[in-house]
Amino acid sequence: MGNKSPVFWLFIAPVLVALLLVVGIPLFMGFFYTFTNWNGLGFDQFVGFEHYSRLLDDERFLSSLWFTIQFSVVSVVLLNIIGLGLALIVTQKLKSSNFLRTIFFMPNLIGGLILGFIWQFIFINVFGQIGQLMNIEGLQGWLSTPATGFWGLVILTVWQLAGYIMIIYIAYLQNVSGELIEASQIDGAGPVQRFKNVTFPLIAPAFTVSMFLTLSVSFKIYDQNLSLTDGGPFNSTEMVAMNIVYTAFDSNEMAYGQAKAVVFLIFVSIIAISQVYYNKKREVEM
Amino acid sequence: MKQRKNNTNWVEILGIFLALTWLAPFYLMVVNSFKTNRDIFEDVLGLPPDAVFANYAQAFQDLDFVNALWNSTFITVTSIAFIIAFSSMAGYALARNKSKLSGTLLLIFVSAMLIPFQAVMITLTSFFSSFNMLNQYGLIFMYLGFGCSLAIFLYHGAMTGISLTLDEAATIDGANRFQTFWYIIFPLLKPISVTVAILNVIWIWNDYLLPSLVLSSEEATIPINMYYFFGEYTRQWDLALAGLTLAIIPIIIFYFFAQKQIISGVTDGAVK
Repeated sequence: MGNKSPVFWLFIAPVLVALLLVVGIPLFMGFFYTFTNWNGLGFDQFVGFEHYSRLLDDERFLSSLWFTIQFSVVSVVLLNIIGLGLALIVTQKLKSSNFLRTIFFMPNLIGGLILGFIWQFIFINVFGQIGQLMNIEGLQGWLSTPATGFWGLVILTVWQLAGYIMIIYIAYLQNVSGELIEASQIDGAGPVQRFKNVTFPLIAPAFTVSMFLTLSVSFKIYDQNLSLTDGGPFNSTEMVAMNIVYTAFDSNEMAYGQAKAVVFLIFVSIIAISQVYYNKKREVEM
Repeated sequence: MKQRKNNTNWVEILGIFLALTWLAPFYLMVVNSFKTNRDIFEDVLGLPPDAVFANYAQAFQDLDFVNALWNSTFITVTSIAFIIAFSSMAGYALARNKSKLSGTLLLIFVSAMLIPFQAVMITLTSFFSSFNMLNQYGLIFMYLGFGCSLAIFLYHGAMTGISLTLDEAATIDGANRFQTFWYIIFPLLKPISVTVAILNVIWIWNDYLLPSLVLSSEEATIPINMYYFFGEYTRQWDLALAGLTLAIIPIIIFYFFAQKQIISGVTDGAVK
């Protein structure tokens, strides 16, 4: 199949057209419109970098960006610790191994929107009632303050995605050969030493994979944000994705919302490019 | 040896304790969905004093459940059929053409995976509305556009394990390219097709934002109806929880039957 073969082009035409119409054209139109006063239907004026300079003074946007960064960092750390912990538990040749995997992975199959609603009930009613019964003030009034909203989102995200990260670590843990473990046992290494000196170096690539994966997933979260806190109280838990949706579709500032989307794209690209760069560097070192 | 056995027991107990913690939200959702609102406020942790089924009857109706289930199923199944058919063809063509152009095309498809949905969503919806394509069919086409990248990447990777001699043998036997692909190559790609199908079920079935921007209310999927339903019954937790339980039943059934394939499919998708 050469470049001139009509069959080659027939085979790739459907996906090429779909990608062009769904991603390619909207992406370039999007860049272009950020320099105009586009309102979703048309535009009659070029405005230069006005939308971008407005962003720098948009406190609601900047605080959503800062919230997203904080949320992502905390989630990435917790997800990887808990995901690895779960993977270490279920790879111990337990009778219940398969059952445990099934349970830990389950929340991943359900949409973030529905999970957010379930946890809204847990935080407000279950936490509240237990807090009242046992007189623990810290359990009452969840989601009604910025801090409990933040931790609510972190708990929801960690609970949902830890099973997914577990699966990634399991895949790498299974590559650690039994012979190596046995050899280290014969050499007298205890469980902690064994993990630190044998298992850990061998699963190091899993850290890169899951760190970047969790970083980009938590940075882009929308559904959970919408259903758990809806950005409240007073927009204090609004993340960037939600701020973009709000700007474009609720306040109908299409071009301005698109400028935010471009900035968002740049942030996500930086995460992705640093992953590629980091992987290349590691491959060279190995 | 004895001590080792003991350790395993402790790990097992820890594991089961954690699993119960993981399940707690589902337990609380289900038991409270059978209570009246008043029972919920009296005792949120215990079993219902007497099971109330009326919540489910009303949730079933207000969620327009049959219609939403049909819409979700139609959109998910059709989108995945298109993604599998067209991405496998493209993955095959790109793998069998070793030119620079083919490599560049693959790179374009793979890079498109990195573009977040929010970066294109505003212009995408306005672009499609100019052709009157903000409907189910437009949505299915959008899923093909967003979903083909990962699928092509996986199919292209799997093609490296399928020898060119198979193509040549088929050509000698008089098959054309389409026959070679559909009768010889595509069946060999079945494991990847299963992976692609599973990853896309999880994504498309649960997707909320894109369909909420595209679909009319008659075409609404389960997540969309769930959003409006929950908004309507914010303080009526008994109804809201019955609705939530109903909404997750289909995917739990799916998980129950295809558990092994789901876990291995997700592993392939994440690690490759």
